[in-house]
Amino acid sequence: MADRPDTVFRTEGLTKVYDTGGAKVHALAGVDLELYAGELSVLLGPSGSGKSTLLNILGGLDHATGGRVWFRDLELTRLGDRALTRYRRNHVGFIFQFYNLVPSLSARENVQLVTDVAPNPMDAAEALERVGLKHRLDHFPAEMSGGEQQRVAIARAIAKRPEVLLCDEPTGALDSKTGVQVLEVLREINDEFGTSTVVITHNAGIRAMAHRVVRFADGRIASVEVNDTRVAPHEISW
Amino acid sequence: MQAIDIKLMRDFRRLWVQGLAIAVVLACGVAILLTAFGMHTALTDTRAAYYERNRFAEVFADARRAPDRLLPEIREIPGVYSAEARVQGMAVLDLPGRVAVAMGQMLSWPADDDPLLNVPILRTGLYPARAGEVMVTTSFAEANGFRIGDTFHANLNGQRRELTITGTALSPEFIYTIGPGALMPDNEGFGIIWMPEAELEAAFDMAGAFNHLALRLTADAVEADVLDALDALLDPYGGLGAYGRAQQVSDAFVSAEIDQLRGMAVVVPPIFFAISAFLVGMVMSRIVALDRAEIGLLKALGYTDLEISLHYLLLAALIAVIGVGLGWGLGTLLARAMAWQYARFFEFPYLLFRVPSWVYAMSGLAALATTMLGALRAALMAARLAPAVAMQPPAPPVFRKTILDRVMAAARLKQTTIMVLRSLIRWPVRSALTMLGLGAATAAVISASFMFDALARIIDLAFNQSYRQDAMVLFADDVPDTALSDLMRLPGVMQAEAQQFHAATLRNGPREKRVSIEARPEGATLSRVIGADGTPIDPPPGGILLSDRLAAQLEVGVGDTLEVEFMTGRRETHEMVVAGLVEQYFGLGAYVEIGYLDRLFRRAPTMSVGNILIDEPDLPALHAALQDTPRLSGLILMRENRAAFEDTISENVTVVNTVYAVIAILITVGVAYNGARIQLSERARELASLRILGFTRAEVSRVLVGETMLLALLAQPVGWLMGAWIARALASSFTSDLYAIPLVLEPKSFAWASLVVLAASLGSVMIVRRRIDRMDLVEVMKTRE
Ligand SMILES: Nc1ncnc2c1ncn2[C@@H]1O[C@H](COP(=O)(O)OP(=O)(O)O)[C@@H](O)[C@H]1O
Ligand SMILES: [Mg+2]
Repeated sequence: MADRPDTVFRTEGLTKVYDTGGAKVHALAGVDLELYAGELSVLLGPSGSGKSTLLNILGGLDHATGGRVWFRDLELTRLGDRALTRYRRNHVGFIFQFYNLVPSLSARENVQLVTDVAPNPMDAAEALERVGLKHRLDHFPAEMSGGEQQRVAIARAIAKRPEVLLCDEPTGALDSKTGVQVLEVLREINDEFGTSTVVITHNAGIRAMAHRVVRFADGRIASVEVNDTRVAPHEISW
Repeated sequence: MQAIDIKLMRDFRRLWVQGLAIAVVLACGVAILLTAFGMHTALTDTRAAYYERNRFAEVFADARRAPDRLLPEIREIPGVYSAEARVQGMAVLDLPGRVAVAMGQMLSWPADDDPLLNVPILRTGLYPARAGEVMVTTSFAEANGFRIGDTFHANLNGQRRELTITGTALSPEFIYTIGPGALMPDNEGFGIIWMPEAELEAAFDMAGAFNHLALRLTADAVEADVLDALDALLDPYGGLGAYGRAQQVSDAFVSAEIDQLRGMAVVVPPIFFAISAFLVGMVMSRIVALDRAEIGLLKALGYTDLEISLHYLLLAALIAVIGVGLGWGLGTLLARAMAWQYARFFEFPYLLFRVPSWVYAMSGLAALATTMLGALRAALMAARLAPAVAMQPPAPPVFRKTILDRVMAAARLKQTTIMVLRSLIRWPVRSALTMLGLGAATAAVISASFMFDALARIIDLAFNQSYRQDAMVLFADDVPDTALSDLMRLPGVMQAEAQQFHAATLRNGPREKRVSIEARPEGATLSRVIGADGTPIDPPPGGILLSDRLAAQLEVGVGDTLEVEFMTGRRETHEMVVAGLVEQYFGLGAYVEIGYLDRLFRRAPTMSVGNILIDEPDLPALHAALQDTPRLSGLILMRENRAAFEDTISENVTVVNTVYAVIAILITVGVAYNGARIQLSERARELASLRILGFTRAEVSRVLVGETMLLALLAQPVGWLMGAWIARALASSFTSDLYAIPLVLEPKSFAWASLVVLAASLGSVMIVRRRIDRMDLVEVMKTRE
């Protein structure tokens, strides 16, 4: 790790307000944050504290209400829908809690969904091999376990060789053993490709494997810690 | 193939029943378009080619007896390109092996040269050349099993002659052949017969004269001017008025058919297209709603809004492609079958049948475009979904307490019933659209039945009330009414009444109308004038009775005076007082009392037609006697006429009603099946929960079946209103110079329509119900929506 790492994401006074008719919900109430290239960051915090909202805005899935967001030199808060789509297509890999695989497509085809449109993708089979699913190429989501499905989702996310990997509770729906397998894959990828990775979790135990731990509370950042020594996922107690 | 396209194909496979239900409706529209345009093109092309190659005349005229020396003068009329005269007349025929009297229209065949105009196409044998030789229409020969060399007898102006068939032919003048007074072509009982000029002239006392004229015009001719000039020339010789192709019987029928095909092509397919667009919209909206999460995912992966919209449009396009494919196949077959039908009905020497490729292209594009239009809303919905929102599960729909809830609570309805009612109110637009779709199905059946109910009423008035005679005996000329007692003496004749028909022009200032005036004795019982309300009316003595439509066209009322120029007899002109009006559906009737007319013409009581009532067992004897009666030009058997007509009608009723019932079933299945499937997909969890709570399958199904059937029931009054409205529109659009269609709304037709639609709805929802029965409770609860 370099002494002065490059920033991948920077936010300045980022706010997000949901207006649901009745009360206004301040999902993000002024977030100033910097995340660095090649790092694996963990977002911790209670449910409803605004983690997903932040991740969605970083990933170009949602618009901020106020404040500014940069991806490297690109100011995301200035982009329209079309440019945001291009940003997602070219730079971002997403992993969701419920895998979000397309049930009518096999593992390989789910990955192809990305390789079909990304500018410089790896082969779908290669991506699946990386996550240890070489033997499952032609299985459909309904024929796979939760852990396998999430690994397909990871393969899909990394197949475009993204610069950032955004994971919203990737182990939330998994038991501890499969959860560990998934985390191992994420860490391998971070190590091997240096992909900047942001992982949201409820599980404080996961923080031990991160470079950086960001704690959320009530739409604000409560604290940011830097881990000097990272533990391997299999050492994490669930 | 791209992964997203693979998804498309797999999604489509999952939806194939729904897709097919829509595709079939679409296919109906395409097939009808193809058939109608194909037939339209075929008939138009064939007619044009036939008319051109065989030099079908453009103007025709009949006269009592015009001298041949008039011809050069007629050819001098500006705009006349060529003119040909002939002698023609009706003859009673005695055909071997046929008991009943047949009738022939005798046409003179030029002696030295082939005809210039209306050139027949010889099918078998030779042209007639010597006395006693004739050429007949192919249909007449075939219907009677005649071969070349066969003979039959004809009563030519009182002389019985033996005629030998030397040839059979088709003629552009007689593509559609219908005998006088007949409602349907009867090839066995009526035929066209060409015989050498000299012989026919002799028989009809027409040497050096003609009574029929055919003209072809130059390109720049003004038809109306030619008609006027011709009328003026022929007037001294008993001209009966020149007319163009529009009034030529055969051409008028062919043209009416062609117009009808065009009407069908313009009116019917859009209905099918609209319904399939509606169904596509309904299904696609639901698919997009179900696919929320996948749409969100695709957006997260970087697919653009356009790519995603196209994805859903393509899904609809697949349905369209299948519908178009089916429609093309079906339409090609149907068009061929129809072409055969037409070839049988109309006598064309050939049929230039082709469905032009632009019709295929146009029908395909139209189907595709309407389907796309139907899917557009759903596609835009998909494009507008915000990716972050799409990936969260949808919020449960908001149910609000309404007055209805209180009513339902007070009524102590079952919980499942309340679920049904609430969902109807929760999705009012969808409920309304489903009702509208099912109502349209009911309306389709009603509008089909309506035409026949209306026709039945007209026929009943015309035949059973107006024309009650068994037969009309036509005399070649006016005869003294003592002929009545001759008729009474014929075997089997139980009653006879006199009647006269006079071609005349009625004038009121600048307004004039050419009509046929019917004269009957007061209190006639066999042939009567019947008003729209079904009561018989006698023309008041000393005046003329007009049908209301005719009076309106002449702008006269009771008490006004009309100038009546007769084209018969001595061609006198008289003033007549409009003594009454009668409301009628059919024709431009003008009626007088027969005695009044005879006094006006200063002559002894006369008749030209005898209406008779016949004792059935004596019919063969009567026919035998009539074949030898001089001065007889024909016999119209009303009973046969009526039976043939009613047979044809009832055959048509069955066919058309079946077709429309099938159409209604298709629409119903399309709407009800898709509606129920959508409901099921929305409610799978809810229904599974009910099952887990201990409700039986039957109780749970009741929610689904109940909602669909309730909508189907509510749709019926809507359908009745739509049906009545369409019937009214049809009635007024079909009302013409010649007839009005009564708005007859038979309760039994409405009941039949509702029965068809309700049964089809029940059938469709029962298919969906099977899915509830097979529902895997655990799976349903596990799947995330
Ligand atoms: N689409 C939305 N509409 C309204 N409120 C929302 C929406 N999405 C999130 N929220 C609210 O914003 C807050 C933050 O949500 P979220 O970022 O999902 O929290 P976390 O991921 O930390 O659990 C919550 O109070 C949530 O209810
Ligand atoms: Mg969250």
